[in-house]
Amino acid sequence: MTVKQLSVFIENRRGRLGEVLRVLKDNEVNILSMSLADTTEYGLLRLIVNDPEHGRDVLLEAGFSSMTTEILIVKVPHVAGALQGILSLIAENDIDIEYMYGLSVESTDASIVVKTNSLDKACELFKVNGIDTMSGEEIASL
Amino acid sequence: MIWNEKAECMSEEEKKALQGQRLVKLVEYVYNNVEFYRKRMDEYGVKPSDIKGIDDITKLPYTTKDDLRDTYPFGLFAAPHSDIVRIHASSGTTGKATVVGYTQNDIDIWSECVARCMSMANVTKDDIIQIAYGYGLFTGGLGAHYGAEKLGAMVVPMSTGNSKKLTTMMVDFGATAIACTPSYLLHLSEVLRDEGLLDKIKLKSAICGAEPWTEKMRNEIESRLNITAHDIYGLSEVMGPGVACDCQYHTGLHICDDHFLPEIIDPKTLTPVADGEVGELVFTTLTKEGIPLIRYRTKDLTSITHEKCKCGRTSARISRFKGRSDDMLIIRGVNVFPSQVEAALVEVEEVTPHYMMVVDRENNLDTLEIQVEVDVKYYTDEVKGIEKLTKKIGQVIQSALGINAKIRLMGPNSLKRSEGKAVHVVDNRKLY
Repeated sequence: MTVKQLSVFIENRRGRLGEVLRVLKDNEVNILSMSLADTTEYGLLRLIVNDPEHGRDVLLEAGFSSMTTEILIVKVPHVAGALQGILSLIAENDIDIEYMYGLSVESTDASIVVKTNSLDKACELFKVNGIDTMSGEEIASL
Repeated sequence: MIWNEKAECMSEEEKKALQGQRLVKLVEYVYNNVEFYRKRMDEYGVKPSDIKGIDDITKLPYTTKDDLRDTYPFGLFAAPHSDIVRIHASSGTTGKATVVGYTQNDIDIWSECVARCMSMANVTKDDIIQIAYGYGLFTGGLGAHYGAEKLGAMVVPMSTGNSKKLTTMMVDFGATAIACTPSYLLHLSEVLRDEGLLDKIKLKSAICGAEPWTEKMRNEIESRLNITAHDIYGLSEVMGPGVACDCQYHTGLHICDDHFLPEIIDPKTLTPVADGEVGELVFTTLTKEGIPLIRYRTKDLTSITHEKCKCGRTSARISRFKGRSDDMLIIRGVNVFPSQVEAALVEVEEVTPHYMMVVDRENNLDTLEIQVEVDVKYYTDEVKGIEKLTKKIGQVIQSALGINAKIRLMGPNSLKRSEGKAVHVVDNRKLY
């Protein structure tokens, strides 16, 4: 099952990231995890939040390039090699990972946020192989 | 050294008589051979017979770059195509090039003028000169080349783009002169320093042009390379490099005014201003056959003096340029109009009309950064998607301007909005 991630394009300017976070705070959007891809000129902020659509709307209103993107959140057991196993499976099935980052929630398992070139195919693959993914409702309730 | 003493040192009376005689001939020539001028003069109510001498110049209408663009490509040519032996072109305001044609006689006069200019820079037939302007449609390379050949110097046609080869040959050949843009020469001085070649060169003179530069830059070039640097001016519409140059006294640029009649006008009222007053430089090409122009507005702001120079030349001199009366930028020797960038960006559906051009100089080379706001719906959260879009815009700009620009994507509303006339250019070079 795919989940919506909140993505924001930020040109490199002092204080710009803080402004994004302030807008989210003022609108009570809670951040569960984040990743920032940075280049010399801009950053791409990716956030897992309790309400991504609301987050996108308030940011657009405040003048930020924000969007929601479908991604997968995959549960990874706390066992050595668990993540490696999942990645091997993805690669063996000719799926490419666009980006990936960790999601820390207090539970016995860890999770990773992963964007692949073919989300449907990845979804199906995880289902067949008994790999748990998280739903939007689960995220919202965290 | 004075290349053509007769032409460059003639008395005021002689000069005026010669200019007048040539002007009368020119006006008749364009009236009979260029439909555009015939119509314009008719509209203006002036006949060739009204022009009897140099003082009648003010009776004639002006010509602008737009006129060249509107008659693209050959509309202002006065000579039949069979007599045209060369074409050059420069960028126009909306991306369309302005095209100029030369007869063999034009090429000969052009070479003569460049030879005069190079002589002002003390270049002689005994010199080895590297021409490091671009060869091609741009007038810089071939113009300087033919002039240096006319002078009888040993010409090394380097063109642009390979500093390493240039500095190596400068040392190996014992080059004594160079023609290139001043910013490129500053860059070369750094290459020479970094390669440890500064004490191995035999350079003594540089003829720099194709872009505005300051007295400070001249001092910098001269002290770094232990040479004298001269300012050569020209524009393709009028001829190319060689319209004017400064002599060893550096008190203004001597215009080859037996061929190019200068006037300085108030760009607003279009009336002539007095010597010493700043205004827009206007040229009438007194002897040109291919594409003769009457009162062509250069948009370059300067002042003029007709006083005799210490060097002995009596030709009119223009001061260092004070700016432009339009918004044209000269970046790495290439003419760039903000409207060209605007027209190019309209073609890219992902970007909004909000853009900003930032011109700067890093390591003595001009840089152009174009900041554009991207339409919110075209953002992606993948770096490769952003890079792809950046590259696409870069290619559109490159093909429109002919120079590379760094593209910087900006978030919505991040570029300053102007309440009056939109400001699309930040030039940090301080050239005027």
